[in-house]
Amino acid sequence: MILLSPVAALGRATMAMVATLGRVSMFTAQTLRHMITPPYYPHELWHALIAIGWLSLPVVGMTAVFTGAALALQIYAGGARFSAEAVVPQIVAIGMTRELGPVLGGLMVAARVASSVAAEIGTMKVTEQIDALVTLSTNPMKYLTAPRVLAATLSVPILVAVGDAIGIMGGFLVGTSRLGFNEATYLKNTFDFLEVWDVGSGLVKGAVFGFLIALMGCYFGMNSGRGAQGVGAAVKAAVVASSVLILASNYLLTEAFFSS
Amino acid sequence: MIELQNVKKAFGSNAVLCGVDLSIAKGESMVIIGGSGTGKSVTLKSVLGLVTPDSGTILVDGKDATKGDRDAFLERFGMLFQGAALFDSMKVWENVAFRLLRGPRKKPRAEARAIAIEKLRRVGLRESVGDQFPAELSGGMQKRVGLARAIAADPEIIFFDEPTTGLDPIMAGVINDLIREIVVEMGVTAMTITHDMTSVRSIADKVAMLHEGVIKWTGTVAEMDATDDPYVQQFIHGRATGPIEAVR
Repeated sequence: MILLSPVAALGRATMAMVATLGRVSMFTAQTLRHMITPPYYPHELWHALIAIGWLSLPVVGMTAVFTGAALALQIYAGGARFSAEAVVPQIVAIGMTRELGPVLGGLMVAARVASSVAAEIGTMKVTEQIDALVTLSTNPMKYLTAPRVLAATLSVPILVAVGDAIGIMGGFLVGTSRLGFNEATYLKNTFDFLEVWDVGSGLVKGAVFGFLIALMGCYFGMNSGRGAQGVGAAVKAAVVASSVLILASNYLLTEAFFSS
Repeated sequence: MIELQNVKKAFGSNAVLCGVDLSIAKGESMVIIGGSGTGKSVTLKSVLGLVTPDSGTILVDGKDATKGDRDAFLERFGMLFQGAALFDSMKVWENVAFRLLRGPRKKPRAEARAIAIEKLRRVGLRESVGDQFPAELSGGMQKRVGLARAIAADPEIIFFDEPTTGLDPIMAGVINDLIREIVVEMGVTAMTITHDMTSVRSIADKVAMLHEGVIKWTGTVAEMDATDDPYVQQFIHGRATGPIEAVR
C-alpha cells in the first residue's frame, strides 16, 4: 500500500488537472458564445476598454522604454565581441516588435489586469452580487466576462504597438546619447530593416495574450472560494495562470510564425 | 403558486436538503425558519435556479421552474439579499433601476431614474441618496436600497434572505414594517428566510420550520405559538436544550 500511494497521488493530480482543463475549456467556449450572441453591453465594453487598455498605458510604456534602452546596451556590448555593434538599431527593433514588446507588455498587463479582474469578480461572487445579477435576469457571463475578454483582446495589441514604438525610442535614446550612433542613421537602419510581419506577428500575439489574461481573470474570479482568503487565492491563480499561458503560447506562436 | 416536491440537494457528502416539500399560495407571505446551516438559503436559491437540486420538482404556477425561458421566469421575481448585494461600482439609483436600464424592460435613462427615485422614497430614502454609492451608506440604508431594487420592476414574487440580519432592533423593525407594507400593497407572493422571531411575527402569513433538510412543521403564526411541537417550541423560545442540538 505504501508503495502504491505515490501512484495514487499522481493519479489524483492528473485527474484534477484534466478536470480543470475541461472546466476552463467549457468556460472558454461559453465566453466565445456570449461574445458573439446578443444581448450586448456596450457600456460595460467601454468601461473595460478604459480599465484594461487606457489605464495600462503607463505601465506598458515604462516597461517598454527601459527594456528598449537595456536591450540597446546589451546588444552593443555583446555585438562588440564579434565587431557587430552596428546592428543595434535592427536588433532592438526586431527584438521589441517580435518578442519583448508583446511578452513583457503582456506580462505587465497580466499582473495589472488579471489580478484586478479576478479580485473584482471574486468579491462580487462572495458578496452575492453575481447571484443578484442572475435574479435581475442578467447573465453574468454575458455582462461581466464577455465585455472584459473582448476589451482585452482588442486593447492589448494596441498596447503592444505603443510599447513597440516606445521601446524602439528607448533604444534610440541610449544608442544616440550613450553609444555614439547618428540619429538619422539609427532611424534609417531601424525602418529599413523592419518588416510589416515583425510588427504584425507581435500584434497577433498581443491579441492572444489579451484574450488569455482576461479569460483567466474572469475564470478564477467566477470560481473564487469563500471569504478574503478565497478571493486572494483566485487573484494569485489568475496571475500565475495567465503569466504561464502567455509564455507557453508565445513559444507556440513563435514556432508557428517563424520556424521554417 | 410555488410548490417544492421532495427537493434534495447535497454538497459532496453533506446532504443539505433531504426531501423538502413546501407549498406557497398566491399572495401568501411564507416565512421559513430554522437554525443556521439547515438549508434555508439553499431552498430559496433552488427556486431561483441559483442552486441546481439533485432531485425533486419545483413548480411555479404549475410549471417546472427548471424548464422554459429563464429570463422570462426571473422577470417575475425580486430578491432582497442578506448583505443587500448592491453593485458597488454603480450609484444607488442605477442599482435600483438596474432592470430598467437594460434588457426587455429597458426604459429611457431619465424615466428609469424617476422610477428608481420613487422606489427609494417608498422605502424611506431621500432623492439625494440615489446619487451616492452603496459603500457610502449604512447597513440599514443598504438593505432599504436592496428592497427598492427588489420591487423596482413590480415583481409578482419577492424573496427575502435574512432581511434583518446585522441590523439594530429599530432598523430591523423598520425593514420588517416595510416588507409587510410592500407585500400587502403590491399583493405579491413572498418567501422569507430568517431566524429572527420578531421578523416572523411581523411578516408571516404562514411559517414553515426547516430542520435536518426537511420541513418539520408548517402553520400560521397563531398556530406556531400554540403548537406543542418540540422543535418549534425550542426554536421560537431560543432554548439551548431540546431536540435540536445546540452544537451543529
